[in-house]
Amino acid sequence: MPKEKINPGNGQVAVAAYEPRIVGFFCTWCTYLAADLAGISRIKYAPNVRVVRVMCSGRVDPQFVLAAFAQGADGVLIGGCHPGDCHYQQGNYNCLRRARLLKRMLAQLGIEEERFRVEWISAAEGDRVRAVIDDMVQKLRALGPLKLNSEPALKVVGAEQEVREAVTV
Amino acid sequence: MNPEKPKIAFYWCASCGGCEEAVVDIAEAILDIVASAEIVFWPVALDFKRKDVEAMPDCSIRATFLNGAIRTSEQEEMAHLLRRKSQFLVAFGSCSHLGGIPGLANLFQRDSILRAVYLQAATVDNPKGVIPGPHSGDGNGSLGLPEFSDRVRALDQVVLVDYYVPGCPPQRKIVVNAVSTLLDEHLPAKRSVLAPEEALCTECPRKDSKPEKIALKSFRRPQDVVIDENQCLLAQGLLCLGPATRAGCEAACIHGNMPCSGCCGAPGRVRDQAAKALSAIASLIDSEDEQEIDRILNSIPDPVGTLCRYNLPSSMLQGR
Repeated sequence: MPKEKINPGNGQVAVAAYEPRIVGFFCTWCTYLAADLAGISRIKYAPNVRVVRVMCSGRVDPQFVLAAFAQGADGVLIGGCHPGDCHYQQGNYNCLRRARLLKRMLAQLGIEEERFRVEWISAAEGDRVRAVIDDMVQKLRALGPLKLNSEPALKVVGAEQEVREAVTV
Repeated sequence: MNPEKPKIAFYWCASCGGCEEAVVDIAEAILDIVASAEIVFWPVALDFKRKDVEAMPDCSIRATFLNGAIRTSEQEEMAHLLRRKSQFLVAFGSCSHLGGIPGLANLFQRDSILRAVYLQAATVDNPKGVIPGPHSGDGNGSLGLPEFSDRVRALDQVVLVDYYVPGCPPQRKIVVNAVSTLLDEHLPAKRSVLAPEEALCTECPRKDSKPEKIALKSFRRPQDVVIDENQCLLAQGLLCLGPATRAGCEAACIHGNMPCSGCCGAPGRVRDQAAKALSAIASLIDSEDEQEIDRILNSIPDPVGTLCRYNLPSSMLQGR
């Protein structure tokens, strides 16, 4: 993976070879199984999603989504069970409520709405995994890389810090 | 002056002056501080200049309490200077700790801010369209101002910070405690926030009135309702950030019958206060239907201004 894509904030993004990076948080009971089904069914879909398996879409802390964007994801996809089908009864509704508010916050922060998506995909819907991912990749490709206007982490010169710690402790 | 006494300094950057008030507000406790420490630099109250600080040996100040965010080149220079001269650099108050309310300017680009302030504001009379900058002048001598940087930064995005004193402004008890802590032999862990780790709800006088489950069909704003003085504010539909805010202020705003707006930042172990507040608030929505959820959320007109009011520059996405 070319390094410049890891930090899209530094203005060195390789546009020519741009491939969107999507972080997927997939519920272990449905969407993860659907992705598994897509695999064993030899369904072809875009290889742009890095899947993180979670116990429930309701487990996805909004901090995970923000961390993904902050660390270089161009899109975040949460996959959960259809309404009414949650293994824990309420988890996907919790996910939905958070996601609707998070979408508003992301819009204010200049992140296009196509970059954050919640989809209900049951364990039987392998083909829907393909459809959703291909569609998202296509939309992100049209948008281009996510450019965040963020500060690089403070670099403290090692020696200076050591001296200071020695003096102050 | 007794040269044996540890030296302390106070300085201000992009701030409103409220943090200076907070120091004055500790009232007679300031006498205890003066008894045990020598204040060597405090522009708001004492006549010392930058050159006096430059003349001090490095690390000769025990602790510098710096309030305000960093927006201009001058503030950045002073932060570096005071860092060099101080054993401990303490980010004092929300702006220095998290970016604060000035940090909401990170929703806009630098040029649009300067245009709005110097050219577009209805009360501005600026026929020549001058935007002040580091090199301004009209022939009758030139005028230099510090450079207005692209972004607002919290202090720890500019220099290494040893401790944080939270609050907008920090409450009396936190200030007194922080000063005495730093003059003590036994110091807390580096880079810690000098306030409790848990959420504000733990010290809220109304915590017993919080129902087991809160289910809201709409959120309400303080100006639109008569607020019950005894009931949990979340249960009344008000956006109280107590569940996602660090304790330590002894629920000052709640005592004033206003919801917590989150000035003390995230509790321990939370990276992004807004994300946690968002979770807490979303969980109160009484609906499973997307359209209805959206209708309920329409009663929160400005999510970023509400959830990131004090923390935008230090939040995960840092602004727009």
